[in-house]
Amino acid sequence: MACIDELNPEILLRGASFAECRTAVEKRCREVYYVDPGYAIFDTHTIGVPPIAVGVEDTFIVFPFTKPCYGTFLIRVPGDEEVERLGQKGRPGGKR
Amino acid sequence: MTQNELQKNEQALLVFGCPEVPVQAAIGLYLAGRLGEEGYDVVTAGNPSVLGLLRVSDRKKRYIGKTVDLDRCIGEVAEGKRDAGLCVVFAHNDAGISYAASMRYLLPEARLVVVVFGRNAGELAAQVDFPCETVVEKAVHNPGKLKKGIDEVFGWRASTS
Repeated sequence: MACIDELNPEILLRGASFAECRTAVEKRCREVYYVDPGYAIFDTHTIGVPPIAVGVEDTFIVFPFTKPCYGTFLIRVPGDEEVERLGQKGRPGGKR
Repeated sequence: MTQNELQKNEQALLVFGCPEVPVQAAIGLYLAGRLGEEGYDVVTAGNPSVLGLLRVSDRKKRYIGKTVDLDRCIGEVAEGKRDAGLCVVFAHNDAGISYAASMRYLLPEARLVVVVFGRNAGELAAQVDFPCETVVEKAVHNPGKLKKGIDEVFGWRASTS
């Protein structure tokens, strides 16, 4: 299982609130899924107020990543097998 | 310890935030100690920095009980490997509120108390829109008012009547 830090994440938002992250994912991503807190993406369990929006951009996924000292980042990483798993386990929010 | 306290034997999960606000360690140690005296099996979750601070302050773990890395703790709770009857989350930033919301979702049957503190306590507390009890104080260095709020929530405040 890959570590998020090793995936060289692209940081789209820094120090954002969970609400800002959800709005940003819904605005920017054509394909959105909703997951609940604790849903594992790679080696990380997602944190936030449910539902947590996770976006898919081709082979990449966009999701909020929370660290206690640095707040919440919206990051974009290569999705690999997580894209397929998201399609199976996430609640589809529709495609544009 | 009374017989009732001995029989409690319920897990109390304390979820600590970033340790940059000084009151957190003091009030956390106080709360862990009081809950232990009440018969709770205390488990302390936090990032490596906050656990380091607490372990040095309480080297024999008389108050903080078992310790667990925060990410690992979230994973264990999400996978049903860890449960708690009481969960207290310390929050002084947006991330803390996110962790509290997550614990509400992951432990729906637990009593959840969110301790909101720091300079932006009021604004942060306004984001708490999930079922829980809250203690809200602008405390940064002085834990006095925060302790008073916690004592009220847990029924430890001496009666004045």
